[in-house]
Amino acid sequence: MTLLELPTRSPAYVERVDDIHDTDPIAKRLRDLGFVTGEPVRVVARAPWGADPILIQIGSTRFALRSAEARRVTVTMEVSHG
Amino acid sequence: MAEALLRVALVGNPNCGKTALFNQLTGARQKVANYAGVTVERKEGRFVAPSGRSVRLLDLPGAYSFESASPDERITRDVLQGRYPGETVPDLIVCVADATNLRLHLRFVLEVRRLGRPMVLALNMMDAARRRGIVIDVPGLEKRLGIPVVQTVAVRRDGVQALIEQVDQGIPLHSTTPASPADADLHAEVRGLLADTVLMPRASDAIDDAIDRWTLHPWFGPIILAAVMFLVFQAVYSLGKPLTDAIGDGFDSLSVLAGIWLPAGPLHGLVTDGLLSGLGTVLGFLPEILVLFLFILLLEESGYLPRAAFLLDRLMVSVGLSGRSFIPLLSSFACAIPGIMGTRSITDRRDRLVTILVAPLMTCSARLPVYALLIGAFIPMRRVWGLFNLQGLVLFALYLTGIIGAMAVGWVCKRMRRDRTENALLMELPSYRLPRLRDIAIGLWERCTIFLRRLTGVILALTVLMWFISTFPSPPAGATGAAIDYSIAGYLGRWIQPLFSPLGFNWQITLSLIPAFAARETAVATLATVYAVGSDADISALGHVLAHSVSLASALSLMVWFAFAPQCMSTLAVIRRETGSWRQVVIAFGYMFVVAYVAAFATYQIARYF
Repeated sequence: MTLLELPTRSPAYVERVDDIHDTDPIAKRLRDLGFVTGEPVRVVARAPWGADPILIQIGSTRFALRSAEARRVTVTMEVSHG
Repeated sequence: MAEALLRVALVGNPNCGKTALFNQLTGARQKVANYAGVTVERKEGRFVAPSGRSVRLLDLPGAYSFESASPDERITRDVLQGRYPGETVPDLIVCVADATNLRLHLRFVLEVRRLGRPMVLALNMMDAARRRGIVIDVPGLEKRLGIPVVQTVAVRRDGVQALIEQVDQGIPLHSTTPASPADADLHAEVRGLLADTVLMPRASDAIDDAIDRWTLHPWFGPIILAAVMFLVFQAVYSLGKPLTDAIGDGFDSLSVLAGIWLPAGPLHGLVTDGLLSGLGTVLGFLPEILVLFLFILLLEESGYLPRAAFLLDRLMVSVGLSGRSFIPLLSSFACAIPGIMGTRSITDRRDRLVTILVAPLMTCSARLPVYALLIGAFIPMRRVWGLFNLQGLVLFALYLTGIIGAMAVGWVCKRMRRDRTENALLMELPSYRLPRLRDIAIGLWERCTIFLRRLTGVILALTVLMWFISTFPSPPAGATGAAIDYSIAGYLGRWIQPLFSPLGFNWQITLSLIPAFAARETAVATLATVYAVGSDADISALGHVLAHSVSLASALSLMVWFAFAPQCMSTLAVIRRETGSWRQVVIAFGYMFVVAYVAAFATYQIARYF
């Protein structure tokens, strides 16, 4: 499941961030911002008009991500230790 | 003890309070607000530590990481790595971290530590952390990081004592320069640090969650946003207008007094027609500007602006902008110059360029006197639906005109764009914060002094110049027309007027457009002066005079002209500096001139038939 499909306010954990092409700077930035395996994450809100962007909380930080960015993040609702 | 100057740099994630610390340490008044990317340039200040040692403090833009950097992050990286031209590597790095957000901020601390430079970690916002029940084992963190750790509350005067003492002591290179772990390991290290030294009862602030439930709600969110914006413009009118009238009355009495005390002659004319009518009219609009700023400051401090950017991102993307453009564009309502500089926090080059191009279409506060004058003169004071003020509504419509114009231009730019690779939003939303009275007061005071400096500088000089050319030369003996018709201003105005007569501008208005290019408010001062010189009676109420000598169609056309016209040289200069290209300046000037001319022409021609 990607972050985009995660229901609002359901706790989940980051599994991985995928590079959608070689040296994907957006994926790199996501990892820099803390989207790494095992990090707790949840969707806090979805914007009006097509639920894009979404507001997610990772750790105690909130980031607004567009669908294209959120789609790179694979999450799981099971506790994982990576 | 005369030691060499100690060079210290403040670094850290965006919005962790570096500038607040900087202000507290140096006594400076750099702008602080509650969103990421307030500081986009390096700022420098000095203070003397208790030991008598002088410290040169650098405030650097916030950064999440040294890699994948936006233009403002690059400055920070280059300064720290000694690659910034004219800047040597700092002797000491003060890495600032928000104590309520350590999971994110400690990663950057570790990245900075890799540089192997002397550094100290300042855990800022300790008051907020304590309130939320966050407990940090400071000695433990010091031991694990191998660097000194101090606690700070940047917004309190006594909140930086520990940091000053630490800086004064001098800091040795940390004993164990760690090997550089890979990126994933940085996160693992952060996790280890947090598990051992930080106790956090709840990941987020309960108050934030409660407020966001409403402000980011898919239906209520946009309604709240629209209501907030609308309220601001209504308030500018309802709160500002009575004060403006009071100032106007004050200048009327001054004018009468000056008429009694000064002998008739050029000096009398300069004081009453030039200074009191011209400058007085502009000064009268200070309350409106301050009310507008009060609201902008409140919004900036509260943390609401990034929420608005979140709600509007989709809409802005559809017109070729980005949610990140929202804050620079909103600051352009104050003045396009800080707005254009604020675009440095926009990571994507194309988004940034379009934002720069449309920023001057946002109605800046210098246009407010022009609008307020024309609205006051031509739009009746009336209640609409028993609730709204018609004058306030027209003002709102003018602001809206600029916004819609910006959207249209953005859309065209998007169509013309060849490079269609995707770009990211990745925008951090801060915690809400109660605006601090002191910050608001300082912000308003700064605005007030900037306005008065403009008034007594460029506007005063231009007004005197305009008075001079409208008074001299005196009409020849036996002249029958009004004296002003024989002055330089009369000739100059009539000479350029043919270009603007299709827009319904008379020669007085045409003339006022010239100094407006230096500072828009001067259009008002010029009109006041020209009409005051041109009439025998002492006229101080420029609005009444305009209402009698200019048609409604011309007034509407003039408002539309001001909404779009390429104006104020400083804005063009800052576009040149930020884009590094004259081509963008020509494009900006050209498109705005064409749009303004066409829109004003259409307005005049249509309005004439009603």
